Amino acid sequence: MKDRSSNRDILKKVLRHIGKYKIFLFISIVLAAVSVILTLYIPILTGQAVDCIIGPGAVDFDGILDILKKMAVIIVLTAVVQWVMNTCNNKIAYQVVRDVRDEAFHKLQILPLKYIDGHSHGDIVSRVIADVDQFSDGLLMGFTQLFTGVVTIIGTLVFMFSINVSTTVVVVILTPLSFFIAGFIAKRTFSMSKLQSETRGEQTALIDEMIGNEKVVKAFGHEPQVMEQFREINDRLQKASVKAIFFSSLTNPCTRFVNSLVYAGVGILGAFLAIRGYISVGQLTSFLSYANQYTKPFNEISGVVTELQTALACAGRVFEFIEEEPQIPETDNAAVLQAPKGNITMRNVNFSYNPDQKLIQDFNLEVRSGQRVAIVGPTGCGKTTVINLLMRFYDVNSGSIQVDGIDIRDMTRKSLRESFGMVLQETWLHAGTIRENIVMGKPDATDDEVIAAAKAAHAHSFIKRLPMGYDTVITEDGGSLSQGQKQLLCITRVMLCLPPMLILDEATSSIDTRTEIKISQAFHTMMKGRTSFIVAHRLSTIREADIILVMKDGNIIEQGNHETLLNKEGGFYAKLYNAQFELG
Amino acid sequence: MKSLLKYIKDYKKESILAPLFKMLEASFELMVPLVMAAIIDNGIAYSDTPYIFRMGAVLVLLAAVGLASSVTAQYFSAKAAVGFATKLRNALFSHIQGLSYTELDTIGTSTLITRMTSDVNQIQNGVNLTLRLLLRSPFIVFGAMVMAFTVDVKAALIFVVTIPLLAIVVFGIMLASMPLYKKVQAALDKILGRTRENLAGARVIRAFCNEGSETSAFEQENELLLNTQVFVGKISAAMNPVTYIIINIALVILLWTGAVRVDNGIITQGAVVALVNYMSQILVELVKMANLIIQLTKALACAKRVEGIFGITSSMENGAFDREDIENINGGDEKAAIVFDHVSLTYSGGGDESLTDIDFVVKKGETVGIIGGTGSGKTSVVNLIPRFYDATKGCVLVDGMKVRDYDIAALREKIGVVPQKAVLFKGTIRENLLWGNEHASEQDIEDALRISQAKEFVDTKEGRLDFMIAQGGKNLSGGQKQRLTIARAIVRKPDILILDDSASALDFATDAKLRAAVKGMGNDMTVIIVSQRAASIMYADKIVVMDDGAVAGIGTHEQLLADNVTYQEIYYSQFPDKKARR
Repeated sequence: MKDRSSNRDILKKVLRHIGKYKIFLFISIVLAAVSVILTLYIPILTGQAVDCIIGPGAVDFDGILDILKKMAVIIVLTAVVQWVMNTCNNKIAYQVVRDVRDEAFHKLQILPLKYIDGHSHGDIVSRVIADVDQFSDGLLMGFTQLFTGVVTIIGTLVFMFSINVSTTVVVVILTPLSFFIAGFIAKRTFSMSKLQSETRGEQTALIDEMIGNEKVVKAFGHEPQVMEQFREINDRLQKASVKAIFFSSLTNPCTRFVNSLVYAGVGILGAFLAIRGYISVGQLTSFLSYANQYTKPFNEISGVVTELQTALACAGRVFEFIEEEPQIPETDNAAVLQAPKGNITMRNVNFSYNPDQKLIQDFNLEVRSGQRVAIVGPTGCGKTTVINLLMRFYDVNSGSIQVDGIDIRDMTRKSLRESFGMVLQETWLHAGTIRENIVMGKPDATDDEVIAAAKAAHAHSFIKRLPMGYDTVITEDGGSLSQGQKQLLCITRVMLCLPPMLILDEATSSIDTRTEIKISQAFHTMMKGRTSFIVAHRLSTIREADIILVMKDGNIIEQGNHETLLNKEGGFYAKLYNAQFELG
Repeated sequence: MKSLLKYIKDYKKESILAPLFKMLEASFELMVPLVMAAIIDNGIAYSDTPYIFRMGAVLVLLAAVGLASSVTAQYFSAKAAVGFATKLRNALFSHIQGLSYTELDTIGTSTLITRMTSDVNQIQNGVNLTLRLLLRSPFIVFGAMVMAFTVDVKAALIFVVTIPLLAIVVFGIMLASMPLYKKVQAALDKILGRTRENLAGARVIRAFCNEGSETSAFEQENELLLNTQVFVGKISAAMNPVTYIIINIALVILLWTGAVRVDNGIITQGAVVALVNYMSQILVELVKMANLIIQLTKALACAKRVEGIFGITSSMENGAFDREDIENINGGDEKAAIVFDHVSLTYSGGGDESLTDIDFVVKKGETVGIIGGTGSGKTSVVNLIPRFYDATKGCVLVDGMKVRDYDIAALREKIGVVPQKAVLFKGTIRENLLWGNEHASEQDIEDALRISQAKEFVDTKEGRLDFMIAQGGKNLSGGQKQRLTIARAIVRKPDILILDDSASALDFATDAKLRAAVKGMGNDMTVIIVSQRAASIMYADKIVVMDDGAVAGIGTHEQLLADNVTYQEIYYSQFPDKKARR
């Protein structure tokens, strides 16, 4: 019951999206009805023509000419109607797809990071791409098919009854048989198809894992074992597939068989009626071609129902995404942060990603303009959390974060984020040229500015050596660039806009120490007079910070500068630092 | 496709029988209009009721026999197609297992995965459809024409004109729209790419406030997709109406011709009805055939791609000496564990040499550190020891024998590698550790956990060694994964242990404990540690300093610190205090 009502909700939303194209939809429906009726009229005319052809010397040529003329007109008319209808349908389907995708993409930009971090990207992509396609194809095409199918059935029945009642009854009684058979087969094959797709999934997972890590497999000489594992699944897949494919392929022959039975039934009964003079041979011909057509929409409709269900499910997934709660919108009078000095205050901040697991509790921090804050701690201690809060990728649960005395929730996200320059541990580049990647934060930068920034980040020399220099096109996620080079590009990106505050997350983790020194000199100049937050494993890079935040298990457990923390008896920072010099 | 056909060999019988039965079914189908004509001409015309019953029975019989042959055909074709795909998949998987690192690099794993999964499935569908329909549809089309000839030659001439005309329209529209559909696919790929990018780069895009420009770029690409789709749609929407016109106009002409022929007493009324029926059979089959051809071109393209993979063979020849030979030759008493004899390496398609004239010796039981900047060639050096790649110049010796002469499996058995990227497999912790050595005892495993500093966290996992690791090790942290990969190599009790920057996710304290424990294993194990951290390698017996693909210096920490500029730079960049004290 709940399912049905939610299906109705989805349908309503779909209709709302189609609403814009109401006229097309209306035209399409009218034309569909017209085309079906015209198509159904042809067999009648054919039958009438056959009746004019009785035997040698007994052909009514005048009558036949009239009928054939009529046929020709109807044929051309039907073709035109069909073409216009198809075009209308395409227009509706593709435009709705476009609208929904635009909407989804727009949503993507205003969703809270929490959603993006917490959901599989593959799943979201498939909602925006595959599901939208499926839903438009299935729903719109399915709908037209359903509609024309129903009209065809009703039309055929009306035409048939108008010719002869008893023959029609034979057709009506026999045809549902094919329905039952198709349904029976579908039910029986369902578990087999399920087994097949499950086994296939299992196999894909194995392929993914093993071929994805083929180098490790080879390093451990594990090829025979993996092959064995693969063969076992493959054999199971073979068994499941043969069954699933064979049984599901029975539907066609079986419904064809029922069709033939109907045909034979109509033939026999029609012949008897013809002998007794109840119907003419021509009418029998019309009947025979109806008998062939009549079952077709039934088979189609049974297919359409499943298609519609999948389509609705897909639509549901798409709308679920579109209706996801967006990030808290900005108020109209949100402040625009202009040339901030970079005084940052965190007051009684509480934050956690999920309510069951407390992370940052009652945290206070006072950073004055131009100070350098280092965030240290063992792997996975939640150092990036602080960044998530500062950039307002996530909102604090309680307490407040202020920049220059203004709560960051009271200013526009744009002005807040523009005031920060950020280099993340996970380098991200988009498909495009090197230059396009660098100018992300400042689209109107001149070539000289770009080169100056690249030089400052020590990226210029490697960019210069790329085949097309700054115009070299890189693929999604950097392609052939090394991790270090990607990081240099991300640094260049920040160098170019030089915002008043900086966030450097493991910014140099993949760069060798010698290059790192060069960059850190550049950072030095960059950080002068700018409030900066640095996250790093390397103690050497953070030693000179004004404030060190020591984090463990998501919590900030110590706060102070290098000397005070080092002298703290039994302090975590002291332990961490000294470990570097223990043993060899 | 040709070279793939050998995988259907075992199903020769099925792949011949399937289309044969399909054609049998089709011929029964072709008989139906003739029987109907007979009913009209004989049964109705002469009011012969028993005749009508007999013919009616014939119709039912034809249907039943048709059903039986069709079911038989479906069975054989399913069996042949699936059997073929299974064999192909096995062969392909096994072929991929035989490729060396060089080929894996050039092809790329994601490509290999697509070939193994969706491509092979497409081929399977293609084979199945081919066996079922490729012969049936043309058979019915031409069969209908032939049957028309048996009814009346002049009327059959209408078929002779109509069939090619229909074929031209159906295939013409298909050919015209196919490249356009490719365009649609390309446009779709573009918006897919942008969506994925925007998910992966959500933070950066928001940090640089690029949401607006991304959205407008997306809208533009989306609009382009729409326009291409609508354009293709207009063309393919013409298919049905045009074929409809052709077939029905042919019908009109057929009726007229029929009328004239009947009037002259050449054919009967029933014959006209039969001809009309044959005409309508043609269209259905032509459309089926067009769809089949689309499927087939797809399947053939997939087959070509799969063939391409088979065409790539391992560039590495296996050596002849297996484990026993090696023991006989060495007698287990060789001082130099690893020798690099003037080795250079150029990656295929990589242009310049990645390693140049590497020349050093590692003695049995020694711990050697390899240090250098990003891209200095550290990993390339260690990859040559288990023969992941072949040296392009010079040679690498392990235990006195060239690695090329070893049986590859025997060589790799001696070596425990901990790669940079910590990869674990779905399965329990124990199963993962047994990768290192299938026959490891419980004690071996515990020892390995202790040495790799993994014991501490494994103890906290539910089920300890039976704790299930998710695919890709998603339920473990980076440091935990790294420690388990180290344990996996140690379980092997290798002669040579290679740690390729394997402690990067560990904090300094754990890293130090790990190194101490490895040293404390107390056997003759040779250890190679690759690192960017001076602290990780400074206590090694020997340190090899790499710079730009060449050896910049070899010696102990003290020696190098005294006279090697590159090492000094690296060291003091990490320990500025020490420099101050100097």
